[in-house]
Amino acid sequence: MRAPFERAVEHHGATVLRVCRAVLGGDPEAEDAWSETFLAALRAWPSLAEDANVEAWLVTIAHRKALDIVRRRRTLPIDQVPACTVDPDPATALTVWEAVRSLPERQRLAVAYHHLGGLPYAEVAALVGGSPEAARRAAADGMKTLRTVLKEDE
Amino acid sequence: MRFDVDDTRLDDLRERLADSAYAGGDLDLAYRTVDSPVGELLLAATETGVVRVAFAREDFDAVLARLADAVGSRILLSRKRFDHAQRELEEYFAGSRSTFDLPLDRRLSHGFRGEVQRQLSSIGYGTTSSYGRLAQQLGHPRAARAVGSACATNPLPILVPCHRVLRSDGSIGEYAGGQAAKRVLLELEARAG
Repeated sequence: MRAPFERAVEHHGATVLRVCRAVLGGDPEAEDAWSETFLAALRAWPSLAEDANVEAWLVTIAHRKALDIVRRRRTLPIDQVPACTVDPDPATALTVWEAVRSLPERQRLAVAYHHLGGLPYAEVAALVGGSPEAARRAAADGMKTLRTVLKEDE
Repeated sequence: MRFDVDDTRLDDLRERLADSAYAGGDLDLAYRTVDSPVGELLLAATETGVVRVAFAREDFDAVLARLADAVGSRILLSRKRFDHAQRELEEYFAGSRSTFDLPLDRRLSHGFRGEVQRQLSSIGYGTTSSYGRLAQQLGHPRAARAVGSACATNPLPILVPCHRVLRSDGSIGEYAGGQAAKRVLLELEARAG
């Protein structure tokens, strides 16, 4: 007996949005990825195994939907590609999301899937390639950079 | 380090998800809660129509879990889907509406209970019947007790007026929303009717 799908949205909606934002940067794209993730998940919900880890399952779908969006982005004429890098005003503090956007891709994805999405390193590696150890290092380096950039001590 | 997301954006996204899921035929069920003079009510609807009305004392989480089992688990909260139902309920509780004009999905009404529950709609606004009389009308004069339990398990209370059925001695009888709620509905209809 499966729980109402709304429970999955309620419990994991924010996590999936964080992952989408970290992976894709810009808000409109992250929100599109969020919507596509939950629509696909809704369709597959009745056939999901009872003991499945719902959050990990959603994060994996979000990864695929984000990839779709990145692919679509590549087929756009170059002047329509949404800006993905930031050129922050040095006078104001970086927001956490701007800091995430400035990370190298491997670190950004490792932080997104492990620290925001809660996936173990082995599953992060399965999504982004490389070894679990490399995923662990990328996530650790990413978090270290974020702390430095955001001038946080912990 | 806090990776904040904006809650109101998330609420918008959730409402948008419910809209596109409903438009695409991907939902088994939409639901929302509304305030009323008999406490918070849960409304649940399939594509066909309203399939369940529940009172807070029935525990909405438990009701939704049973609906997931009976109807399907692709369930989302949707405010828009119930604009019409909410308006009719508001009018009813204001005393300006005596019948509901909402499509119903009767799939939760089975067998003899279903027969009883269909018969309930023949009891007019502001009038009452009794379990015994209803049993007689259905051709089962000794089934008053079964009629009582059919009323108590009516999946569509208020819309399908099981509150208009009293005990043969005139006492109020059971109600899924509690006897106080039943009294509120009967007094409302007596006043406005």
